[in-house]
Amino acid sequence: MNSRIAFWNILKKDIRNYYLKPPNISWGIIFPLSWTLMQLIRSPGQNVLELLPGLISMSVLFGTTSMLAVTITFERSGRAFERLLLAPIGLNTMVLAKIAGTVLFGIFNAFVPVIFASFFIDLSAVNWGLALAAVLMIAITSALLGLLIAVSAEQVFEAQTFSNFFRFPMLFLCGLFIPISKLPMFLRPVSYCLPLTYGNDILNGAFRGANNLSFVLSFGVLLAFMAGLFIVCRYNISRKWIL
Amino acid sequence: MEMVNVKNLKKTYGSLTAVNDISFDIRKGEIFGLLGPNGAGKTSTINMIIGLSRPTAGEIILDGIDVKKETKKAQAIIGVVPDESNLYNEMDGFDNLCFSAALYGMRKEERESKARQLLSRFKLDTAGKRPFKAYSKGMRRKLTIAAALIHSPKVLVLDEPTTGIDVESSRQIREMIVGLKEQGTTTLFTTHYIEEAERICDRIAFMAEGQIVASGTVAELMESITHNHTVRFLINGKAEDMTAVLQSRFDGVEVKAESENSLVMVSERRIPLFPVIEIFHEQGIEVYEGREIRPSLEDVFVKLTGIESSVLKKEKEKGGGR
Repeated sequence: MNSRIAFWNILKKDIRNYYLKPPNISWGIIFPLSWTLMQLIRSPGQNVLELLPGLISMSVLFGTTSMLAVTITFERSGRAFERLLLAPIGLNTMVLAKIAGTVLFGIFNAFVPVIFASFFIDLSAVNWGLALAAVLMIAITSALLGLLIAVSAEQVFEAQTFSNFFRFPMLFLCGLFIPISKLPMFLRPVSYCLPLTYGNDILNGAFRGANNLSFVLSFGVLLAFMAGLFIVCRYNISRKWIL
Repeated sequence: MEMVNVKNLKKTYGSLTAVNDISFDIRKGEIFGLLGPNGAGKTSTINMIIGLSRPTAGEIILDGIDVKKETKKAQAIIGVVPDESNLYNEMDGFDNLCFSAALYGMRKEERESKARQLLSRFKLDTAGKRPFKAYSKGMRRKLTIAAALIHSPKVLVLDEPTTGIDVESSRQIREMIVGLKEQGTTTLFTTHYIEEAERICDRIAFMAEGQIVASGTVAELMESITHNHTVRFLINGKAEDMTAVLQSRFDGVEVKAESENSLVMVSERRIPLFPVIEIFHEQGIEVYEGREIRPSLEDVFVKLTGIESSVLKKEKEKGGGR
């Protein structure tokens, strides 16, 4: 059994069926764009470079979590997801294929503010390798969070509600727009329990050399989150969807 | 050769026992029907066989593969048609089939050629480029069956394949199931249409309250409830006058007049029709009709399960009738 064929075709099907649909493309462009504009207008004197890591992190987080949670819940309610569970492909292949499309969508989301900002500021000093690695890892962890939500939700509206339950607090707790050092003391430990904090810190390093944690630590924590979330998602799928 | 072997299978959901210690086997190329009302445990049984549900106890072996231990290996040889179509609404018929084929690792040329073959076989060639959501119920069911056949499975599992669809599509699906038998495919299907099971199944199992109440060929099931043979004659003379004549000529046969022109003969042995007809002729009586009366499969079902056939009829109506 050639798992690569199944993987590639699940990814292609998701991209065609969901991610390349006009409403999603427009969401992928309008959402990050409007947040970028909002931040720029709200703080005219602020350095765009300071805003970019937060905007990128937020775009990836919102794009990936909502897309995966909604598409999987949608497929499950229409029973099409059953087709994947009935196929002779391993759960690992299936989970990786499902998150791959979302990760690509997240990366696309991430670069909307970057492209927009490139018209206003010089981005030549940015460490793009580091930035891309951070975006990729934020996208994977967020996609897995979306998958975790999808496993718990029965309906699309439930998936959306659950996603917001995670996402909005992360906007404030992960240092995207408010530095963690300015958060009340009791909230700071919570910030360090969230993967986006580490991804955003790497982005701060990549864009303006302003990371608070070492890259090794941040990548290590993100890798640990990825592995942990993957195992939990896989376990939950196996436990909840194969009754 | 046994293709499906189910042994002491049990499934509980909390305090509810959906399937209670059932065992059956299906031979290669056989069409096996699980017949029973909603809630009898048919779908739970099927879900365990196809690997969508884990048995609480028991064993399922498909072509020598233990489904519990090697679920994915077993799924490679099964084609599944669920009770509701599970294809992608956004995709057209052809793409749905190609996607299903890709899940079984089939290469592009192979899956496209197989998809075209199946669309033509199910007379869906022209609908192949239409989105699945635009299909009628019958077309949806046919494409779902086509998707289940895309990888040429050894075992085809169909859950209520003809429920709620039009007469012509139901007929085509039945013909397809019989056609697959000729090619050696083993088929397990559930239905609550007794006459459908009787028409196409080699063997049937009656399910009620999670248990198999009886199983066997249609003849065996009928045999299980009646040991007497009954023949009925419609004549142009008085049936009452003939009862004594026939009674005196046949030992061990009970003769009763049913109405003025109709009588029945009941015996533990088979009653040959011609000698009886000759006696009528001797008496100058013409015979309009003489035939052996057999219980219907519905009678057998009612007798063995204790479930009134009206329960199944109601489910037929809910399913849309045919």
